[in-house]
Amino acid sequence: MKTKKISKVDLIFEHINPREVLTKACDMSPEDIINEMLESGLKGRGGAGFPTGMKWKLCAEEKNRTKYIVCNADEGEPGTFKDREILDRVAYKVYTGMAIAGRAVGAKKGIIYLRGEYKFLLPQLRMELDGFHKMINEICYDFEIDFRLGSGAYICGEESAMFESIEGKRGEPRNKPPYPTASGLFGKPTVVNNVETLVNSVIILKYGAEKYKLLGTRFSTGAKVFSVSGDTPIPGIYELELGMSLLEFVNEFGDGDTKAVQVGGAAGFCVPRKLFASTVIGFEGVPTGGSMKLFNSSRSMYHVLHNYLDFFAEESCGQCTPCRVGCQQLLKGVESVKRGESKSTYLNELVKLAATMKIASKCGLGQSVGNAFNSIVENFREEIIY
Amino acid sequence: MKKDKMVNLKINNQPVSVPEGSTILQAAKKLNIHIPTLCNHDDLCVAGNCRVCVVEQKGAKVLAAACAQPVQEGMEILTNSMKVRNARKHVIELLLSEHRADCTKCYRNQNCELQTLANEFSFGDHLFLDIVGDHERLIDDASCAIIKDDSKCIRCQRCVRTCSELQKVSAIAVSGKGSDMKISTFHDRPISHVVCTNCGQCVNRCPTGALTEKNYIDFVWDAIYDPEKYVVVQTAPAVRVSIGEDLGYDPGERVTGKMVTALKQLGFDSVLDTDFTADLTIIEEGTELLTRLRKALVEKDKDAVLPMYTSCSPGWIKFIEHKFPEMLKNLSTCKSPQQMFGALAKTYYAQNIGVSPEKIVSVSIMPCTAKKYEANRPEMRDSGYKDVDYVLTTREFAMMIKQAGIDFRMLEPSNYDSIMGDSTGAGAIFGATGGVMEAAIRTAYEIVTGKPVPFDNLNIIPARGMEGVKEASLKIEGCLKEWSFLEGVELKVAIAHGLTNANKVMTAISKGEADYHFVEIMACPGGCIGGGGQPIPTNMTIRQQRIDAIYAEDLSMPIRKSHDNPEVKKLYEDFLEKPNGHKAHELLHTHYVERVRY
Repeated sequence: MKTKKISKVDLIFEHINPREVLTKACDMSPEDIINEMLESGLKGRGGAGFPTGMKWKLCAEEKNRTKYIVCNADEGEPGTFKDREILDRVAYKVYTGMAIAGRAVGAKKGIIYLRGEYKFLLPQLRMELDGFHKMINEICYDFEIDFRLGSGAYICGEESAMFESIEGKRGEPRNKPPYPTASGLFGKPTVVNNVETLVNSVIILKYGAEKYKLLGTRFSTGAKVFSVSGDTPIPGIYELELGMSLLEFVNEFGDGDTKAVQVGGAAGFCVPRKLFASTVIGFEGVPTGGSMKLFNSSRSMYHVLHNYLDFFAEESCGQCTPCRVGCQQLLKGVESVKRGESKSTYLNELVKLAATMKIASKCGLGQSVGNAFNSIVENFREEIIY
Repeated sequence: MKKDKMVNLKINNQPVSVPEGSTILQAAKKLNIHIPTLCNHDDLCVAGNCRVCVVEQKGAKVLAAACAQPVQEGMEILTNSMKVRNARKHVIELLLSEHRADCTKCYRNQNCELQTLANEFSFGDHLFLDIVGDHERLIDDASCAIIKDDSKCIRCQRCVRTCSELQKVSAIAVSGKGSDMKISTFHDRPISHVVCTNCGQCVNRCPTGALTEKNYIDFVWDAIYDPEKYVVVQTAPAVRVSIGEDLGYDPGERVTGKMVTALKQLGFDSVLDTDFTADLTIIEEGTELLTRLRKALVEKDKDAVLPMYTSCSPGWIKFIEHKFPEMLKNLSTCKSPQQMFGALAKTYYAQNIGVSPEKIVSVSIMPCTAKKYEANRPEMRDSGYKDVDYVLTTREFAMMIKQAGIDFRMLEPSNYDSIMGDSTGAGAIFGATGGVMEAAIRTAYEIVTGKPVPFDNLNIIPARGMEGVKEASLKIEGCLKEWSFLEGVELKVAIAHGLTNANKVMTAISKGEADYHFVEIMACPGGCIGGGGQPIPTNMTIRQQRIDAIYAEDLSMPIRKSHDNPEVKKLYEDFLEKPNGHKAHELLHTHYVERVRY
C-alpha cells in the first residue's frame, strides 16, 4: 500500500479569528456548510470515524424545534491526552465548531461533556466561554453552550451513555437504533462530535474543503493530533498528516527498540514490529482516536494485555452479558493460563470469546475489547503463556 | 383509523410483513420462529442487555438483539446461523459462569429460565472459568417476605425495571460498574429496611432464583403434623383461578372444589375461605364509607376526609406509608380480608369449635408476598395472638400439593367448611382490579336505596377492565329516609392497579385535580390475580385469563352480594353485633405507620 511520508502540520493549535469564521458561516446556508463538510471527507476524530458531514446532514433532516450539539470531551481512552491540550490552548475553536454545527443542523444549544478529571480546566474554560458568548451575541448568532462534568466512568464517552449521564441517569449505553441524530439527548435530534472534530470543522470552513482535502489520503483526509506515549524519547502531542505508515511513525518517535505499538488506546489494535511497514495510520488501515503507545523489548506484553483487560473489566458498564462477564473471563483466563492452571489451548477459547464480544456486545466498548486482546494474543502468544 | 405502515422482511428466508416499529422478535413470533430471550418480559420496557436473543442480519457487521432491534424494509435475518449459535452459546456460558448453579437446592429448580437455556445450549463441562466466588455476593434473607440472593443474579434487570416502571418504587436499582455491577438497594441495606413494598412483582419476573419469596412450607408441615395444634387455612379469591397453572392446567381454569379437597388431604383441620372475610370487609368498609360521607357532607366534620382509599392490598399500604404519609387518614381503617380472618379465627371460630386459641395455627394461602409482611406487622395481634401465623404463596401451596403426592386432576371437588366458608360472588371478585369497588357498590347502593345497583345482572362494567386508572360515577337516586342526604349525589370513584398507576391517582388527588369519594388501589397489575406470589410466568395474557375466570366464578355463585352472605349475617348476630361496632373495631380495624421515603 502506498503510504505518505511523515509530515507535521499546525492547523489545530493555529490561532485564528473566530469572528471571521462565524461571519462566514452566517453567510452560508446550512446546506452549504454541510456540503462543505461532506466534501472535505472529514471523519470523526474520536476514533470511530463516522463521516461528520453525514452526521450533520442526518440531524439537519430531522424536523424538531429542539436539537442539541454535544461536544464529547470525555477523553478517557488510555494514552489519549490531546483533547485536554486542545481545550487548554484553543477552546474558542471548539466553541466556534459547535456554533457552526449548530447553524448547520438547526440547534441552538450546545453542551460540552467534560471529563471529570479535567475539572481543573473549568474556570479557565468558563471565562473563555463568557467571552465567546459575548462575541457571538454581537454578530447576532443564536447559540449557547454549557458544561456538564463526567464522574469518572469511561463508558460515558460512548455517546448514548453520555446522554444518560447528562440527563442525570446512570451512564449506560442505549439500544440503537434510534441513533442520536434522530433521538439523542432528552430524546431530541443530537449531534455528538469529538473536541478535535469540531476544531477540524472550523479549519474546513476557514480554508475550504478543497484545500483541506490536500492533506491526508482519499479515505483519511486532513491531519490528526496524536498523543504519543510509552517507550519514546519524545512523548507529547503531535499534529501529523494522516496516511503515513507505522514504520515512518516509529522511525520518528521510537527509541530504536520498538517491538509493538498500541494504536488507538485500550480499544485499539496492537501492531507488532513485523507489520509496521504495511500498516497505514488512517481509516483505511488502523484508525485511532489519537493514542499511540510504543512498547520496547523490555515490556512484557502479558502485562500490557493484563493492564488493558483489568481496565475493561472495571470500566464496562456491566449491563450486557458479553461485555460484563466476557471482560472478567478474558482477564481471569489469561491469568489462569499464565499460572499454568489452564492449558495454553484455553487461549483459543478466549480468542473465540473475544470474537463473540465483538459482534454480540451492546455498544462499542464491548465490541472493541477483542481488538487489543486478539491482536496481542495473536502476535505475542508465547509472552502470554510463558 | 390510520392503518399501520407494513414492513417486509425475511427471517430464515421466510417472508413476513409486520407493522412498522415492530421488533425482529415480534416478527419472528408471527412466523412461529422461536428466539430465546432472557431479559425480555412482555410487561416491561425493552432492555436488550442479556444478548441471548442475538440474531444475524445479512450484511451487518455485528449481531442484533432481536428484542430491541426494529424491523427495516428488506431486512434479511438469520436466527440460527453458525455465528448466532456460537454467540448465543457463549452468552449462556458466560451467564452460567457468574451464576451459582445450585440447581438441586434452588427454589426455582425446574422453573428457571437460565436452566432451560442451559439445557438447550450447554452440556458437558462449562466452557469458562467459574467466577461466582470472585465476588462477595450477599444473600439477604432478613425480610419475612422476600429473599435476595446476589450469587444467583444474572443482572438482566427485569426486577429493576419492574420496581421502577410498574411500581414506581425503585427499592432496587443497579449499582457499581463492570465486574462490580449488581442489583442493589439504597446503601446496600437489607430489603426489609428500604422502601420495598414486598409486592413481589420482582420475584414474579426474576428468571432465576435470585429473588424469591421466603418459604414457610416446613413450618406449615410441622403445624399440620403436631397433634397439639389445630390448623385453620384460608384461601384468597385469586388462588382458585391460578393454582391450576402450577399443576398442569391452562391459565384461567377454575379449580376451587379440587383445591378445597387438596387442602383437606394435606391435613388442614378446617378449610375456610378468605372470600368470607372479603364479604365481611365490604360490610365494614361500606359502612365506614357511608359514615365518612355523612360526616363530611352533613356534619362537615373536618376529620372525616375524602376520598376514602381501600386497604386490602398490603403492598399498597406500605407504599402509601412511605410515599404519601400525609394521606394515611384517607385509608380505610379496615384490615385486609386476610387479617380480618386471622383475628376471627382465634376468637369467634375458636369459641365455636371449642378449641383454645393458643392451639390454633392460622395459615393463609395468598397470591401475594406482601401478605407475609402484613401478617408479621406488630399491630396484627388483636386476637391476643398472632392473627395469621403463616402465609403461603400460590406457588408454595402448589409445591405442598406436589410434595404430598396428590394427583390434583383426579380429586373430587368439595366444599369449604362452615362457619367461615360461605362466600358470595362479590367476595370472589376481590381478586381482580375493580372487584372491591364493584362489590362495595353492590352493597352500599342497596343499603342506601334499598334497591339493587342499576346494572344489568349486577355486573358493574365500568369498574372492570385492564386500563391502568379507571374512573366512574354513579348517581344515587331514590334514597331511603335514613340516607336522604345522599339523594342525587354523584358518587365518584377511581380504580388503579399497579403502584405506578396508584402514584398517578395519589398525585392528582394531592394536587387537588381529582375529587373522588372512594378509590380502590391494588398494588399489583391486574389486582391480586397478578400478585407477586402467583405462578410464574405471569403476563398480560395470563392476567386476563385469570380475570375472566374470576368473573365466571362470580356468575356461578348463587349469592352475589356481600350483605346477603348468611354466615356473615350470623357472625354479626352471634358475635360482632353491628358493622363498625365496638367489637368490630377491636378486631377488624387497624392503624397505619408513617415511614421514611428512602
